[in-house]
Amino acid sequence: MTSIQPPSETIWWKQPLDRVEGTWIALALVWSLIMFIMMPLWHVYGKQNLSNEAYRTTPEAFMAKTQAMVDQYTVRTETNQNMPVVHPPPGSDVYLIGRLWQWWPLLELEKGQTYRLHISSMDWQHGFSVQPVNINTQILPGYEMVLTITPDTSGDQTIICNEYCGIGHHNMVGKIYITEGGS
Amino acid sequence: MKNQEFRTCPESGLQFHKPAETLMRLNAVVAVVALLVGGLTALAVTLTRWPTVHWLPADRFYQLLTTHGINMLIFWIIFFEIAVLYFCSSTLLRCRLATPKLGWVAFILMVLGAVLNNVSVFSGNSSVMMTSYVPMPAEPMFYLGLILFAVGALIGCFIFLGTLVIAKEEKTYEGSIPLVTFGALTACIIAIFTISMGAVILIPTFMWSMGWIANIDAPLYRLIWWGFGHSSQQINVAAHVAVWYAIAAIVFGAKPLSEKVSRTAFVLYIAFLQLASAHHLLVDPGLSSTWKIFNTSYAMYLAVLASMIHGLTVPGSIEVAQRAKGLTKGLFEWLRKAPWGNPAFSGMFLSLIGFGFLGGISGVVMGTEQINIIIHNTIYVPGHFHATVVIGTTLAFMSLTYFLIPVLFRRQVFLPGLAKFQPYIFGIGMMVFTLVMMGAGTLGVQRRHWDMAFTDSAIGFDYPASAFTLMGLVGISGMAAIVGGAIFVLITVVSVFFGKRVESDSSYGTETTRLMKAPPSIQPQGGHAAAGKWGFAAPGTFVLAVFFLAIFVVYYWINWKYLASVWPMS
Ligand code: HEM
Ligand SMILES: [Cu+2]
Ligand SMILES: [Cu+2]
Repeated sequence: MTSIQPPSETIWWKQPLDRVEGTWIALALVWSLIMFIMMPLWHVYGKQNLSNEAYRTTPEAFMAKTQAMVDQYTVRTETNQNMPVVHPPPGSDVYLIGRLWQWWPLLELEKGQTYRLHISSMDWQHGFSVQPVNINTQILPGYEMVLTITPDTSGDQTIICNEYCGIGHHNMVGKIYITEGGS
Repeated sequence: MKNQEFRTCPESGLQFHKPAETLMRLNAVVAVVALLVGGLTALAVTLTRWPTVHWLPADRFYQLLTTHGINMLIFWIIFFEIAVLYFCSSTLLRCRLATPKLGWVAFILMVLGAVLNNVSVFSGNSSVMMTSYVPMPAEPMFYLGLILFAVGALIGCFIFLGTLVIAKEEKTYEGSIPLVTFGALTACIIAIFTISMGAVILIPTFMWSMGWIANIDAPLYRLIWWGFGHSSQQINVAAHVAVWYAIAAIVFGAKPLSEKVSRTAFVLYIAFLQLASAHHLLVDPGLSSTWKIFNTSYAMYLAVLASMIHGLTVPGSIEVAQRAKGLTKGLFEWLRKAPWGNPAFSGMFLSLIGFGFLGGISGVVMGTEQINIIIHNTIYVPGHFHATVVIGTTLAFMSLTYFLIPVLFRRQVFLPGLAKFQPYIFGIGMMVFTLVMMGAGTLGVQRRHWDMAFTDSAIGFDYPASAFTLMGLVGISGMAAIVGGAIFVLITVVSVFFGKRVESDSSYGTETTRLMKAPPSIQPQGGHAAAGKWGFAAPGTFVLAVFFLAIFVVYYWINWKYLASVWPMS
């Protein structure tokens, strides 16, 4: 009378359910449905959703847009590689490049303001991970992802690459400085 | 004729077809070799992620992490699964294996593929991780090895199906196929779908690496690769659930609570897996939320429902079998008096608990569209899948091995006293390992990352001290699990190659017997449920299941709460 033998009743599909099974299936099904509904609900009532706004692009086109922003809004440079730090106006389109192995440029955003952050890769796949706030998305070459974000925490954030991208992967670190609003 | 030789194992009553037996042994042995390679690299990788040890240089780390992922997730598991497929068809149905010669072709292709792939990674030019995301290139040999391996595995699947056909034609069994074979059939069908997906993506990628194709679209690669990569996890689940049922049957003579429910749950795996690749793409650009929600949940939650059903019916069937033997005191006498010293049972039960409580809950939580934003590609992810594929699949396969050593290999288990403890060392070590990994991931520690201290980078970042502590605990618990894994490899290798032979007579002949239907259940007075409580045949299991659900619900809401604390975005 075991699971490694054919069922004892030939017409096993007519065997009634055990009560313990029926009860558990009902509970588990209800829970599955609740979990399902939560996702659309969060789109309506929650604040953290990806718009999934994205465009096809090319490294050259994306580079040109980023360069234009850098030329216009750079406020200082940092590190021995003279990385530009840009401070774009609130509400504007901000561009960020992921490439082997840096995030370029460094960003300075105002707390509580909303920005349209465009991100793309110049080469391989990268992972956009903002720490310590802990936001993680995938960055692909040939695609421009647009995140509409509102940094509402104080304190600077670091961008870490969290998609393996070769030998310099662990050194691919960028910055989002957060300034207090109105300054 | 050699193809007609069978032997019956006097201890288990199972009947082995000689060519099938040889193929099962070979596949199982090579599986353990892959486990050994995976285990040695696990040691290296774990010692590097342990911050105070930080053993390997970066290039070695990424190379050996690639080796570890592929040998464990692909080679160890699939070689073993092919052995399981042959066992569940030829052995359980008492039937000759279809086309044993092709079985050899399959085996040789798989070995060749595994060797080519490993050689390519060891050469140092293919440290691309198992996912080999384009456009990061590996050598052509890397993809070629995987393709050959996949073709071999696909042939193995068709041999399984062919054997089912022969068994039916030659009427080697009465009635319907056993539940365990049904589970293996589920795994096989999913495998055929999965391997085809793998071919669809790996063949063009191989051509691209040869320079015959100019470009492969990165998101398309991800979509199809995960159609292979995720669905193959569904093979593992179907296979290890079948192994759970098999061990419950072997150790306790357990019978499914109802065939209908258990079989339907297997069918749900097939029906709702097609686009399960979605939950690897939840934070990818270019896919709509509707698509993500539909595929991550519609596909997933009914498959999740199936796992929740098996999670009840497997221990439930054990409980009913134990209660029928008179272990009816209270809710848990059946469990307390289970054979905890038998590694086949203890391994299986730890596998079930770990898979459900750790792997299952974390998987559903991070597969929620929005919650994925706080988890994607952090070390939470390997935390999750070590709970599913190591505690769930690997430990279940280890438990089955303890049963197979005497039955299939005709050897006594070496160091049986140590074998008793092995599932606990490995299983509990892994449970702690996955928990602390998930903890570190929640603090934003990344997966596949050589240096969480960022000592060489122009811009640094300081993780909180607790993140370093958790990664230290990852190192320590990882070492415990590796000791457990090493004991397993030691016991199996010594038993199989140098172990004492089993004395009883099991010689080959041409006689075969038919597989009989299970005898009708002897209903205790007042029916099944009378041995239980509240009209439930398995009240203890039900209480455990409700406890599980409670933890699930609480943890699920905690994660929404955490998500609500990050920056608003749309
Ligand atoms: C003793 C047991 C094991 C230990 C200590 C261990 C440890 C680890 C560690 C530390 C990582 C690296 C995480 C990272 O940095 O991203 C890893 C990755 C991984 N492990 Fe294991 N592991 C063990 C067994 C297994 C088994 C049995 C399997 C599969 C059946 C497995 C599959 C994987 C996979 C697929 C990866 C991901 C590789 C990648 O990111 O490409 N591991 N493991
Ligand atoms: Cu990167
Ligand atoms: Cu990277």
